[in-house]
Amino acid sequence: MRLDSILADRQREWRLVGARAIVAAVLVLAALSLVVVRLAHLQIADHEHFSVLSQDNRVKVQPVPPSRGLIYDAKGVVLADNHPSFSLEITVEKVENLSATIDALAAIIRVDDKDRERFKRLKGQRVRFQGVPLRLNLTPEEVARFSLDSYRFPGVDVRAELIRSYPHGELTAHVLGYVGRINQEEMDHIDTSAYAGTHFIGKGGVEKYHEGLLHGQAGYQQVEVNARGRVLRTLEAKSPVAGQDLHLFLDIALQRAATEALGDNRGAVVAIDPRTGGVLALVSKPSFDPNPFVEGIGSADYHALLYSPDKPLYNRAVRGQYPPGSTVKPFVGFAGLAAGVTNARKTTYCPGYYRLPGQSHSYRCWRRGGHGAVALEAALVQSCDVYFYVLAHELGIERLKDYLGGFGFGARTGIDVAGELSGLVPSREWKERVRKQLWYPGETLIVGIGQGAFLATPLQLAVATATLANRGHFFAPRVARAAQVPGAPRAQELPVFSRAIAAGDATQWDQLIHAMTQVVESPRGTAKGIRSRDYRIAGKTGTAQVFTLGKNQTYNAARLAETMRDHALFVAFAPADDPRIAVAVIVENGGHGGTVAAPVARKVMDAWLGGSTLIDDPGVADGD
Amino acid sequence: MATRPVAAGLHQLSDPGDAGLLTRLHIDAPLLAGLLLLCACGLVVLFSAMDRDLGGVERQLVRLTLAFALMFAVAQVPPYQLRRWSLPLYVLGVLMLVAVLLVGDVGKGAQRWLALGALRFQPSELLKLAVPMTVAWVLADRPLPPRLARVFAATLLILIPVVLIAKQPDLGTAILVAGAGITVLFIGGLSWRVILMVGAAAAALAPLLWFHMRDYQRQRVLTFLDPTSDPLGTGYHIIQSKIAIGSGGLHGKGWLNGTQSHLEFLPERHTDFIFAVIGEEFGLTGILVLLAIYLFIIYRGLRIAVQAPDTYGKLLAGGLSLVFFIYVFVNTGMVTGLLPVVGVPLPLISYGGTSMVTLMVGFGLLMGIQTHRK
Repeated sequence: MRLDSILADRQREWRLVGARAIVAAVLVLAALSLVVVRLAHLQIADHEHFSVLSQDNRVKVQPVPPSRGLIYDAKGVVLADNHPSFSLEITVEKVENLSATIDALAAIIRVDDKDRERFKRLKGQRVRFQGVPLRLNLTPEEVARFSLDSYRFPGVDVRAELIRSYPHGELTAHVLGYVGRINQEEMDHIDTSAYAGTHFIGKGGVEKYHEGLLHGQAGYQQVEVNARGRVLRTLEAKSPVAGQDLHLFLDIALQRAATEALGDNRGAVVAIDPRTGGVLALVSKPSFDPNPFVEGIGSADYHALLYSPDKPLYNRAVRGQYPPGSTVKPFVGFAGLAAGVTNARKTTYCPGYYRLPGQSHSYRCWRRGGHGAVALEAALVQSCDVYFYVLAHELGIERLKDYLGGFGFGARTGIDVAGELSGLVPSREWKERVRKQLWYPGETLIVGIGQGAFLATPLQLAVATATLANRGHFFAPRVARAAQVPGAPRAQELPVFSRAIAAGDATQWDQLIHAMTQVVESPRGTAKGIRSRDYRIAGKTGTAQVFTLGKNQTYNAARLAETMRDHALFVAFAPADDPRIAVAVIVENGGHGGTVAAPVARKVMDAWLGGSTLIDDPGVADGD
Repeated sequence: MATRPVAAGLHQLSDPGDAGLLTRLHIDAPLLAGLLLLCACGLVVLFSAMDRDLGGVERQLVRLTLAFALMFAVAQVPPYQLRRWSLPLYVLGVLMLVAVLLVGDVGKGAQRWLALGALRFQPSELLKLAVPMTVAWVLADRPLPPRLARVFAATLLILIPVVLIAKQPDLGTAILVAGAGITVLFIGGLSWRVILMVGAAAAALAPLLWFHMRDYQRQRVLTFLDPTSDPLGTGYHIIQSKIAIGSGGLHGKGWLNGTQSHLEFLPERHTDFIFAVIGEEFGLTGILVLLAIYLFIIYRGLRIAVQAPDTYGKLLAGGLSLVFFIYVFVNTGMVTGLLPVVGVPLPLISYGGTSMVTLMVGFGLLMGIQTHRK
């Protein structure tokens, strides 16, 4: 019976186990159904969503930056070049411990204090998720050494890029400007997709003005990447369109000659071809080497340049605003002729001063004894102030301003160099608006001799002189002549802006130009020292009373004495009967225009026209 | 042991005469067919998941061959022998676990390995078999359903190794070992009242468990609740795995064409997350086929349990079948984001030898239970 009961137990047990097995099977099915429901959710309901995510994972769009257009001078000499360079970049946002990473990198490749300092500075100006260079110009060996260890440095990459270089350095710094890293402020103003992958942008001069032509269009490539971001293959690509090459009017040989002609003086020289408005030379001294600016100049070096009393970063040629002094007299003379206020024979008596009718104040001529009776030619040759006081008074400020505006004074010339300033031709309206004061008739006289509030840039003087040489045909000055799409057979000429000054007949131009030749050729001329045997020069000297430059310098007796001296000016064109070059020269604190500025202009014209560089002893010229 | 003579008597009652060749070799044909099909599928997937590394597939094949051989060997052992070895194996296993905690090798931040000369051995694997064997041994000693005292004894026997393993820490194995014991209790007729009470108590004590978790375990739970909270850390696995499965759709991207796996976005793609590779390359269709194979194996195991001639065999067979299911469920649940990430491989598909050998030995036990009929 024991066996029976055991067998009964067995049967009950086995039924129990069987029942539990069925319950277990049901639970198994239920659990796996849960998994299947989950899978259906992922793979059917959300399939589209995850397909997109999977595609996003593996496909990355990478911008391909275009190569920047090169810049050539008139004879094909390269002024701005690109050279390939490897740099080590850190994407700050992707690195956890920055200083530890840099220290670890320093164990592999050379990283000195200058690199760290530059990195720190550029980091502050960076655009988010754009690499910041730690080291530049890696050697091939350093590239190889980093590549071996690159897995240890997420967010650190070697980048091959084309770096701008300026083989002529200081010579072209002011006219070309330079390119530098795009900062956050610039980022806000550019088409970010066009600049995707581009790190540099024109910061001044031609580089900035012609940014649109030089930059080109970014391309892109769709690449398949793995989880570590390594590119496995290119799925689709659109090539970048390289920037256009610029061919300039500027002649580097003339630019050098003009720079050398200025010697160690501070000042500016602008030379223009009157027939085209092409800028043949544009010099501002002192200058600086633009190359360190491309990759970010060290702050010590930068501060040295920024706070130098000579202001080497300041482009005097287009931003320096000086009273034009007597160099404005030919243009005032033209206004008198064209308006019919005077003619070539009409004389004015100069007793050495001038009084406005009914006023007691004397406006002095530079020659105390006076010039006696002078007509236009004598007044220009000897730079008689009284003649021009009378002329200005008779014209009135409004007419004077209009005629001067025709030559380009008081407005930006439109040159393709970024940062140009407009100068100032004062007027009744201007004075009431800006100074909230009434215009006094005496101020018109001062404008007539280029002093007072009247300001002009050296560029404006050169443009006005070229317009005069051109007998009233004004060309907006241009540094770049043509742009060439890479691979295109020929360069495309860039548009020209020109206009003719109303009024003025041929005789009047002849009289004016003849008078200006006499400034150089007459024994009494203020620039007689630069007379050339090879070609005829038409010119005008000028002296400007010193103003703001150097106002906030520390007191230094020797220095102050020098900076208190007048600026020397000279404008000229040559040959007088077939002008091929118009030049404006300013030598800061140079003194007399005839003795200091005129010889500079002569050297520039010699270099361009192939004349003898022998200059007769300028001696001590009379007047200004 | 009072029941031994009776068991021996029952042996003599059965007729050993008309068994087929496979049965005489102690092989269960349906189970063998299911396992072979599963392993074949596994090798095909592995070739893709290991990025066409034929060498890796070969090593897995060698391991599988050895594991199958071991399964056949184990299948020769009659259940009454197993029953006798249950407790000694258990004691040996627990002693080794203690040894691991004292002198074990550290790997992946956890102490799991015991070096025996050149061999490195994970004692926790032994417990995956020893625990269900011992619980079955405890329960089979008296008529089912078990009395409360036996349930307590069995629970204690389960808890000792589970706590030791969780301390290593190896949460995945601890769950599997606990599961192996608990399923035996369940098959053995653990009363529903106890099940409900324990379930309620566990829910109440869950917060307490939180304070005893290691940081990385807590992180996993947090990440499970919100994978996007740490997309580059622990959440990365689950996000990438869901992308892989979801982008596979109904029919998949095709064998060797999974971008998530081949471009290395999917981590652990040939080990714990191989299920996502299947989802990506073969779609829902492929996964349903795989789950069907698993289901068949589990069904066959439960059938062996039901048909087993003795209580010990029934309990052990049921426990082994259900722990196999736990493997499948925990792994697929983890990869699809239903469960937190715990280190449980997809059985017989994931690359690696340790758990595979244990599983195959388990199937050897199942075959032995099925074929040693009297």
